[in-house]
Amino acid sequence: MIVGSIAGIGAGLAAIGAGIGIGNIGGKAMEGMARQPEAASKIQTAMLIAAAFVEAVALFAVVVAFLGTGQVN
Amino acid sequence: MDLSHIFNSKKFFSVAICAVLFSFLSFSAFSQEHASSDTAHATAAEAHDAKPEKEEDISKVILHHIADSHEWHFFGHVALPLPVILWTDNGLVSFLSNKFGHNDHGTELLDADGTKLVYYHGKYYYPESVKSADGTYIAYNNKGEIMNTKPLDISITKNVVSLLISVTILLVVFIGVANAYKKREGKAPKGLQSILEPIIIFVRDDIAKPQLGHKYRGFMPYLLTVFFFVWLNNLMGLIPFFPGGANLTGNIAVTMMLALCTFILTTVNGNKNYWGHVFTPHVPWWLYPLMIPVEIIGLFTKPIALMIRLFANITAGHILILSLISLIFILKSVLVAGIAVPFVLFISVIELVVGFIQAFIFTILSALFIGMAVEEKHAEH
Repeated sequence: MIVGSIAGIGAGLAAIGAGIGIGNIGGKAMEGMARQPEAASKIQTAMLIAAAFVEAVALFAVVVAFLGTGQVN
Repeated sequence: MDLSHIFNSKKFFSVAICAVLFSFLSFSAFSQEHASSDTAHATAAEAHDAKPEKEEDISKVILHHIADSHEWHFFGHVALPLPVILWTDNGLVSFLSNKFGHNDHGTELLDADGTKLVYYHGKYYYPESVKSADGTYIAYNNKGEIMNTKPLDISITKNVVSLLISVTILLVVFIGVANAYKKREGKAPKGLQSILEPIIIFVRDDIAKPQLGHKYRGFMPYLLTVFFFVWLNNLMGLIPFFPGGANLTGNIAVTMMLALCTFILTTVNGNKNYWGHVFTPHVPWWLYPLMIPVEIIGLFTKPIALMIRLFANITAGHILILSLISLIFILKSVLVAGIAVPFVLFISVIELVVGFIQAFIFTILSALFIGMAVEEKHAEH
């Protein structure tokens, strides 16, 4: 029998979503940088900001999962 | 911002070599630690009615490590006691945290200047009048929550000491550098100046100017303070021994105060244009009942996201490193150290980058939100 909290599954699902999002952002940024190497530093900054927004959603889910399992007080 | 030099292959290679060497060096150290922690667990287990060691205990150990505490643990039984300051029903009570020993199972009544207290899992409570069935003065309700009331805890905890240390470092470094600029006006930078000047210019040119435009000057002190405070504390959190080791930026109260500062700055500096966007958005009038609440919620979600992002990133990093170390104890084999320790080193190197990126993101998003608030009205869009 497997014992655990269902909140872990929620965190996993959120990780899938954020993975797709950050993958897209990173991939497109790479493409952009390969096409225009002189704009690399600008693209990198914009990429990090966008990645931070996507990541925030995943981290919200992780925090909710933690609260769900009652391990952070 | 250009990070390419970090991913330079030569450095990566040398890090990999170091990781392998460290893993071999740490074999003997880890086997010793394994043995000693086994005996420690054995004695703890005896004290706990011979409870068998479970994986749950490891998650408790990890959560204990990232939490705040009333003492600064060095190694073994050596710890720096810190002052406990409580606002109780009888007024202010203070004592050093080692005055009553290290029993945190809630089985002992503590008498602090006439105030009865009980210390349970790192927190001070008022005791129940009778011992419960498991020998503690702690009562639970049927949801498993602790029923005891708590005095107001304003102690100087590990996080507070860490905060004071980092603030001292920042003050000493930056006052010194500021004086150097006054003394050596017009000359080339020297010493610490040479390290800090490029970083300060990076904050000005890559963070403040693009987001704030010509109004960047007034917000530079705040942005620089936040950037260096978050960065220094992220890095100090990664040092496993004394001056570092406290999980300060992974404490939600600390990140909340930082986010609150950004929130206050945006709210106070918000101009007519900004509030116009909130209360009279550019939508047909019949959408106002929907849009205005959404805009008002948006005011609060931005700083809350800042708070959660920093907290969760740093906490997740600490949990990750501790979990990888714990693999050795979960699988009960020293050989796992050969895989776990290089992995921990690898994650630690990533955490060094994350520490910087999180400081950067916190600062750039603060600048972005302030920039939205002070933006002049431009041509209709």
